[in-house]
Amino acid sequence: MLRYTLKRMLSLGLSLLAASVVIFVAIEVVPGDPASYMLGINAQPDTVAALREELGLNVSAMTRYITWITGMMTGDFGTSYTYRTPVVDMVSDRIMISLPLAIYALTLSTLIAFPAGILAASRRGSVADVSVMGVTQLGVAVPNFWFAMLLVLVFSINLRWFSAGGFPGWDKGLFVGLKALTLPTIALALPQASILARVMRSSLIDTMSEDFIRTARAKGLSKRQALWRHALRNAMIPVLTIIGLQFSFLMAGAIIIENVFFLPGLGRLVFQSISQRDLIVVESVVMLLVFAVVLVTFIVDIAYAAVDPRLRRRS
Amino acid sequence: MAFLRNRSFMIGAVLATVFVAAALLSFLWTPFDVTKLDIAHKLQKPTELHWFGTDHFGRDIFSMIMVGARTSIAVAVLAVGIGILLGVPLGLAAAARKDSLLDEIIMRTNDLVFAFPALLIAIMITAVFGPSAVNAIIAIGIFNIPVFARLTRGAALTLWTRDFVLSARVAGKSAPHISLEHILPNILNLLIVQGSIQFSLGILAEAGLSYVGLGAQPPIPSWGRMLAESQTMISFAPHLAIFPGMAIVLTVLGLNLMGDGLRDLLDPKIRRAR
Repeated sequence: MLRYTLKRMLSLGLSLLAASVVIFVAIEVVPGDPASYMLGINAQPDTVAALREELGLNVSAMTRYITWITGMMTGDFGTSYTYRTPVVDMVSDRIMISLPLAIYALTLSTLIAFPAGILAASRRGSVADVSVMGVTQLGVAVPNFWFAMLLVLVFSINLRWFSAGGFPGWDKGLFVGLKALTLPTIALALPQASILARVMRSSLIDTMSEDFIRTARAKGLSKRQALWRHALRNAMIPVLTIIGLQFSFLMAGAIIIENVFFLPGLGRLVFQSISQRDLIVVESVVMLLVFAVVLVTFIVDIAYAAVDPRLRRRS
Repeated sequence: MAFLRNRSFMIGAVLATVFVAAALLSFLWTPFDVTKLDIAHKLQKPTELHWFGTDHFGRDIFSMIMVGARTSIAVAVLAVGIGILLGVPLGLAAAARKDSLLDEIIMRTNDLVFAFPALLIAIMITAVFGPSAVNAIIAIGIFNIPVFARLTRGAALTLWTRDFVLSARVAGKSAPHISLEHILPNILNLLIVQGSIQFSLGILAEAGLSYVGLGAQPPIPSWGRMLAESQTMISFAPHLAIFPGMAIVLTVLGLNLMGDGLRDLLDPKIRRAR
């Protein structure tokens, strides 16, 4: 297990290194001169020169990359050109909204998907199964931001149970904060739960037709006992993979959903930065999100190997 | 005939055909001109004249959905095209040279691209080049490449061990030759099914990108932007949000059902089990 973990850690490091090169090249090298890009076409040459100096653009791209990447590793993400504040401060404020939102949504989607998937698989062909499959088929097709708008229409505008947007801040209390994130979470979680429930169902059905389940049944276990005691753990492997893959969609979804609810998270920050041509902020936020995605993939790989020893041996 | 008997495929095909037909018809005819503003009739609820009502500029929502279908379909088709045209040859090459340096490079690059959701690719492209439908196509297309490359490699690897491929190798055929003549035709069904899934994901992704302003720009109508524009008016004109959203859901639902049906019909294992 240790060897496997170390190997995966090396792969994680290489992935992050490669991703950082891609992001740096795309944002700092491709536009030519980032300073003139950020200031626009009407900028005076001396203003451009001053910004070049400020951003440290007068050195080679290689030196800039090394400065950027070592800065990121020590918590120095540079200074926002528009806000004149350290990017790390802006990001740490906003991550306190985006991260809880993603975790809240992942938890909710798992809580919905597991019982739904297990119910559908254990009563295959029943009304419950057909209903779960029908609802999830629809759930997969619904864009989360549209679903979010419908939730606002019903629960904020008509019923007035939740506010239509904004975030009061965690200092107002955990309940107030979670309440503000509840509609965005439901909007994010339901389409994801639909995918997860379908995977759970099909994985459980596949496992239930395995020989070891037949042995368990022959031993005298009821179908229900075989499912709970033997099938579920084995069916979890593909489900775990999908949960890991979903995290990247959840992060991307959160960026969009934040716009529906005017939540001051990383998504809002990145879009504001794009419109203000603040490349420093865009670069750091994209790197941070890619880091999150790669890290979650790594954690899932490790969890996967912990659940299934065959994987460790194979690698 | 099997196609006609498959309920999932038929419902999906009908839904998808309606939207493709609407998109094509919009080139020739729409009930109203979507570029003409008619402020006197703004924000009308659905009526006999305006089936889905009008927006804040008095434009007919039904006509805008017809024209918007063009954008959605065009972006999704081209993005799937990029995925297939680049991903399939890469997957075939990786499988033909399994465990070689080429295979390793292709697969590791795939892993790298997988770390970037389409939205992040779009954010990077937009930060540098500005928002446009073309950038949305490139972003979704890049995201599709590893999907097709992995699928192709996986399916091709099992075929490379089969006797008919071995015979072709004994006969002296080169790896690219075998890939094109023997492997590709045998994985075509798989590619068609995955293509339909990626097509529906492409429609969703395009809508999402347009919604946040990273996709098609005015005056090109797009479903995602119609939803974005409707957001501030949802309390007094919910029809502005409901109809474009329904268009997205029905199109994606249609394509997913069609994909499910195609998988049942084209996968010999499932077909035999039926």
